[in-house]
Amino acid sequence: MALSTSRRAINQFIKPLSSSVYATRRLTSDSTATITVETSLPFTAHNIDPPSRSITTSPNELMTFFSDMAEMRRMEIAADSLYKAKLIRGFCHLYDGQEAVAVGMESAITRKDCIITAYRDHCIFLGRGGTLLESFAELMGRKEGCSRGKGGSMHFYKKEGGFYGGHGIVGAQVPLGIGLAFAQKYSKEEYVTFAMYGDGAANQGQLFEALNMAALWDLPAILVCENNHYGMGTAEWRAAKSPAYYKRGDYVPGLKVDGMDVFAVKQACKFAKEHALKNGPIILEMDTYRYHGHSMSDPGSTYRTRDEISGVRQERDPIERIRKLILAHDIATEKELKDIEKEKRKIVDEAIAKAKESPMPDPSELFTNVYVKGFGVEACGADRKEVRATLP
Amino acid sequence: MAAIIQGIGAATALTSPNSLDIKKSFLSISPRSLSVRKGSSFVVSSDGRLSYGLNGRGGRAEHFITNAVAAKEDTAAASTSSKPGHELLLFEALREGLEEEMDRDPTVCVMGEDVGHYGGSYKVTKGLAPKYGDLRVLDTPIAENSFTGMGIGAAMTGLRPVVEGMNMGFLLLAFNQISNNCGMLHYTSGGQFKIPIVIRGPGGVGRQLGAEHSQRLESYFQSIPGIQMVACSTPYNAKGLMKAAIRSDNPVILFEHVLLYNLKERIPDEEYVLNLEEAEMVRPGEHVTILTYSRMRYHVMQAAKTLVNKGYDPEVIDIRSLKPFDLYTIGKSVKKTHRVLIVEECMRTGGIGASLTAAITENFHDYLDAPIVCLSSQDVPTPYAGTLENWTVVQPPQIVTAVEQLCQ
Repeated sequence: MALSTSRRAINQFIKPLSSSVYATRRLTSDSTATITVETSLPFTAHNIDPPSRSITTSPNELMTFFSDMAEMRRMEIAADSLYKAKLIRGFCHLYDGQEAVAVGMESAITRKDCIITAYRDHCIFLGRGGTLLESFAELMGRKEGCSRGKGGSMHFYKKEGGFYGGHGIVGAQVPLGIGLAFAQKYSKEEYVTFAMYGDGAANQGQLFEALNMAALWDLPAILVCENNHYGMGTAEWRAAKSPAYYKRGDYVPGLKVDGMDVFAVKQACKFAKEHALKNGPIILEMDTYRYHGHSMSDPGSTYRTRDEISGVRQERDPIERIRKLILAHDIATEKELKDIEKEKRKIVDEAIAKAKESPMPDPSELFTNVYVKGFGVEACGADRKEVRATLP
Repeated sequence: MAAIIQGIGAATALTSPNSLDIKKSFLSISPRSLSVRKGSSFVVSSDGRLSYGLNGRGGRAEHFITNAVAAKEDTAAASTSSKPGHELLLFEALREGLEEEMDRDPTVCVMGEDVGHYGGSYKVTKGLAPKYGDLRVLDTPIAENSFTGMGIGAAMTGLRPVVEGMNMGFLLLAFNQISNNCGMLHYTSGGQFKIPIVIRGPGGVGRQLGAEHSQRLESYFQSIPGIQMVACSTPYNAKGLMKAAIRSDNPVILFEHVLLYNLKERIPDEEYVLNLEEAEMVRPGEHVTILTYSRMRYHVMQAAKTLVNKGYDPEVIDIRSLKPFDLYTIGKSVKKTHRVLIVEECMRTGGIGASLTAAITENFHDYLDAPIVCLSSQDVPTPYAGTLENWTVVQPPQIVTAVEQLCQ
């Protein structure tokens, strides 16, 4: 009895400390300490020498990775429930399973580097500095959304964060990305653009047109193929004669990366940025996996087995990998990690509650942002009845 | 709108030389046209901001123009015997506009097929690549979809690309980029990104170029929300519209015509920028309003010669702004004449004329004494044979007949 009370007393004593900054408590959670990790798999390269498998990291970074990915995972699961509750309508493409790509990429670059992707953009938006409230409000079509409720799930943008969307027509964002790289080269700033697309869009012609131009003019563009092996319901081997997407650039070098390993992603993106600034475009193929179906209307099990999904979840889950690393290096306890996840659950729920209270856009918003204010529609057009000039 | 007219010379130069030329090239127009003429005036306010239309909303400040015209006439009389301005061809006017904007703003760049070293397939960009470099006047591969997309992506970051389609018909390959990304990104991003791109190129029926090279894309693009469309028809408005399109923060599609590139006109030396949303009064009249744009303007003016000889007084308006329509100018004209004839080069189905007919009927039905007549090209692919091609487009005799029937 005495033992339990004393343990309880100790726990009560320790609890407030544990809920504060983790780094100061543990021996090895000194933020200047470096840890060397090896990527799960070596990089496979095409027309280039692959970067090294060993990466140095710090306990701080490990905790940040865990925290960011947990938040993204939580957000996507919450979006799933919101969709089923009919608060999110239309299309909703979830990113859970692929968080390592977003987090790894973000850790290797700055906010002045540009990222552009297709419709599976919620987590990348978060990584670029978007808030949970902006996300959920946009998903529910509210005024406080990142695009004022006018874009929806597929149109998240964050100009200050260098996030250029959020595009519904897959493949079309790659020429846009080349344009971003063109502008970076034009202004002679030493930044790069990551143009992301999926294994389905990898078969679009405009991708190769864009690649040709990027290689021709040495544009600082990095094409990232997030290969989750299924283009909606079609497996990659049924859609592409050559599913080795990193090799499809031919004269453009490519790197195949384990997209479920956040350190591999980080290393590859750092390497790619250095390469692109000097030598022009490079293709990164991220071998990743999505647990949900293509979108909320797709159960995700008609074209793949549940065993496959649970197998990947057990063996390759990005958050689990970080969790094991953290526990192995004694940076935090199991309980602390669970507390972080609970904390994330709480802030996500708070954001959802706040977003639910946010009002729908004003009817006048229907006509705003069609043209840049002050230019454009002056009189009635055959298209819109916004009367600006009194007709005779 | 507290806009200060900077350089009265600029404002005045807009009106007199042009109207003088039009007087010369077409019919004798009564002097009252000078005072009635409003149209293409543009004001640059002292802080460099552009204000479209003298009062911006509705009322055109006619008192500005007439004063300015009067002043100009005084100085013109006092000036040397050589006429003001300089003479050039339409493609040179476009180049002049483009070059002036590229000098003024380092973010303006050109991209398209053969625009650089070759100088442009219609010489619009000749001499620009040696002057500004290969990156700023970019020769692209034949990949309309992706280089238009590239231009739009560059515009998202703040550059002002001018994308040239070698022929407008080729831009059908870039329809997705133009519709979804160019037109809609400002809206779907909630206003975060603006797309100050200009997409330009020659279109329209040429001289036996064949069906695929004689397309009128204004009818396909007109539904896209978020873009503006303008069509130039004279060297004067070509330069002015090019400059306005580049300065506009909205995506603008500038439609040129293959057969109009060699038109010669005297344009002012001073800088001028036209209003993108304004129509141009070519010939004021009383009996019937003829609305037209691009090449058909010349067919209409040719028909107008015949009509005047027959005793009619047509009012000819070059609508210039295809999206949105300048319903103010058009409405004033309809209120005066009560009869409308639309002459266009688009095909009858789903063309600019069809939309314009609907817009006028919706807004000005009470002022019409007769149904609107819309003369358009036939709904056929443009044939190669010369005679067949002539029958595809509207010819002046058809315009004369239509006016006679309307005015019965």
